[in-house]
Amino acid sequence: MERFTFRGGIHPYDGKELSKDKPIRTVLPKGDLAYLLSQHIGAPAVPIVEKGDRVLVGQKIAEAGGFVSSPVHASVSGTVKGIEPRLTVTGTMCNAIIVENDGKYESVDFPKHKPLEELTGPEIVQIIKEAGIVGMGGAGFPTHVKLSPKEPEKIDYIIANCAECEPYLTSDYRRMMEDPDKVVAGMRVILKIFPQAKGIIAVEDNKKDAAEALRKQVKEQDNIEVMQLKTKYPQGAERQLIYATTGRAINSSMLPADARCIVDNCETVFSIYRAVYEGRPVMHRIVTVTGNAIAQPQNFCVCTGSNYHDLIDEAGGFKENPAKVVSGGPMMGFALYNLDVPTTKTSSALLCLTKDEVAEYEPSACINCGKCVEVCPGRVLPARLADFAERHDEEMFVKYNGMECCECGCCSFICPAKRHLTQSIKSMRKIILGKRKKK
Amino acid sequence: MSELFHVSSNPHVRANHTTGKIMGMVLIALLPASIFGVINFGVRALGIIVISVATCVLTEYIYEYLMHKKITIFDYSAAVTGLLLALNLPASVPWWIPVIGGIFAILVVKQLFGGLGQNFMNPALAARCFLLISFTGRMTSFTYDGITGATPLALLKNGESVDVLKMFLGTTGGTIGETSALAILIGAAFLLWNRVIDLRIPGTYIVTFAIFALLFGGHGFDLSYLAAQLCGGGLMLGAFFMATDYVTSPITKRGQLVYGCILGIMTGVFRIFGSSAEGVSYAIIFSNLLVPLIERVTIPKPFGKGGEKF
Repeated sequence: MERFTFRGGIHPYDGKELSKDKPIRTVLPKGDLAYLLSQHIGAPAVPIVEKGDRVLVGQKIAEAGGFVSSPVHASVSGTVKGIEPRLTVTGTMCNAIIVENDGKYESVDFPKHKPLEELTGPEIVQIIKEAGIVGMGGAGFPTHVKLSPKEPEKIDYIIANCAECEPYLTSDYRRMMEDPDKVVAGMRVILKIFPQAKGIIAVEDNKKDAAEALRKQVKEQDNIEVMQLKTKYPQGAERQLIYATTGRAINSSMLPADARCIVDNCETVFSIYRAVYEGRPVMHRIVTVTGNAIAQPQNFCVCTGSNYHDLIDEAGGFKENPAKVVSGGPMMGFALYNLDVPTTKTSSALLCLTKDEVAEYEPSACINCGKCVEVCPGRVLPARLADFAERHDEEMFVKYNGMECCECGCCSFICPAKRHLTQSIKSMRKIILGKRKKK
Repeated sequence: MSELFHVSSNPHVRANHTTGKIMGMVLIALLPASIFGVINFGVRALGIIVISVATCVLTEYIYEYLMHKKITIFDYSAAVTGLLLALNLPASVPWWIPVIGGIFAILVVKQLFGGLGQNFMNPALAARCFLLISFTGRMTSFTYDGITGATPLALLKNGESVDVLKMFLGTTGGTIGETSALAILIGAAFLLWNRVIDLRIPGTYIVTFAIFALLFGGHGFDLSYLAAQLCGGGLMLGAFFMATDYVTSPITKRGQLVYGCILGIMTGVFRIFGSSAEGVSYAIIFSNLLVPLIERVTIPKPFGKGGEKF
């Protein structure tokens, strides 16, 4: 068996056994739904409905606000109550279209697209754009932009990121186990746009059964390979994944297309299948509700726009008071101070931890042990960068390659002095990026 | 919604090792050498060890208490310094030598420069060198089996023959913890196994020194001379336990290799061309001073930078 990897990285407790064997269960939303206008990177979507309008399941309610943007679709039928700011997972406020659910789930007629053989590349990209598909692994980069590189004929590899290296998360795993045919079919759709490229479905080797399920779906004429990668965080980080699968290393200022690759998350590939074969836009996604504080950890198929609160109730509520609730995985997710947050296209998990390990340890002096250097997949010097960040020494920060950090969190995880390395480096990067933007 | 949860920046999980656990492992790894020292030199060695460790821990506590700083004695770093200092002293020194050394190590070298992580040279070795200069006679008189005599390394320098097996096992004169290469290697293996240290620094150090000794030792390709050089003096203790001190060694991987090479060459120069037979302590504290420079020229190339175009 091939085991591919990258240098650095960590092996945290993976916690996937809590929810990995729980089949996907569809949950219907309670109360009003809130569709954030920014569920993606780029310009916010522009609402095309008004207060009082009736909307149907699958109806487009907001139009893309530019090329790097994505439309938003309703996941229920009901009446638009207004457009109001709502709290997002990062703690900021964002305008959202509020829809009162009438519980009827009346649907629009989904468009019937031509069979795949007859579709052209640009037509497929257009379908994907209209379906509001974005990077569903968490970043939310609009997929149609990714699929429109400057020199499409140069793309060698399409990589489906099924690594799911974040601990606790099992949403991609369940998708691979339950719909392997559709994930592979989604890959075929992308390969139709790039006929000369090779498809790689990259799975970590702690999910051998999922890799096997996918492999069974790959036919001989398919130019698709299911690749097993070494289980290590952050195996699913885009640059590390490209390196592990193709041996090509790109730096932070390059795009996957510079390595002649396109990387799409598992759920994104599945959504592409849905859009092309069923004409359905992104209205649902799998959310893993897990952690030791949850009574019954589960994988839910959730309507986008439903509230995190409902998911906790659906999972049997808290069996223990949670110390921390995280949207996403424990390594890169966002801690929520309040559960009244709508789910989006990029919500992969709701993790309820009984222990706040960050607060448990007080940071102490750096002993220069170099563990952070050892685990850093970006091969920078986190201990030094954090020092520069704390002293606000921008020049040295950049000189020591601070901008090459991918904020994966390995350094903070491993640090025996429990320093908040990632946090310091992250803030400094934000400041510098902000200044560069202004120029 | 009235309830509020904790928030913090990612990541939200932490590995379970701490500074205290690492220092604890170093203490455990020093046990074989310490126990052997006590067996070899008698209960007097135990007294020196206890006094040295107690002085270091107490100095750290009193200083931090008086300065209203957080008490850090439970990260065991002061205990490690105290133990290393004791292992670098002859068992025959009077009781006040480890007291002065311990105070110097913790107060002057460590705390006055900002405490743990801020000292620019290894506190135990700095204290040893301070004591060597101040009390040369007492620090260089080695008694073994009731007889005061030269260490095997000094004999070797004078061209006399030495028993390499005895030097490997440690039944010779010397400082409390340096004589037994075997005991030190057992402790080092424990640290390597637990990945507290790696072979970059000790490996390059020992290999570079061996090559240097073969080239310039004046004995040609004489393996028993080489073995005596490797087992003698503070080389093993220095290479595995003091050159690898995190705080005073480079954080960059390539820097660690450079540092090891410099250590090897310096030790060779001091031992072979210097007036004293021993050179490890001075080599390490001199190299400590070079660490910021070494780091500056060995900043690693980040992932994907300057690679091939596709």
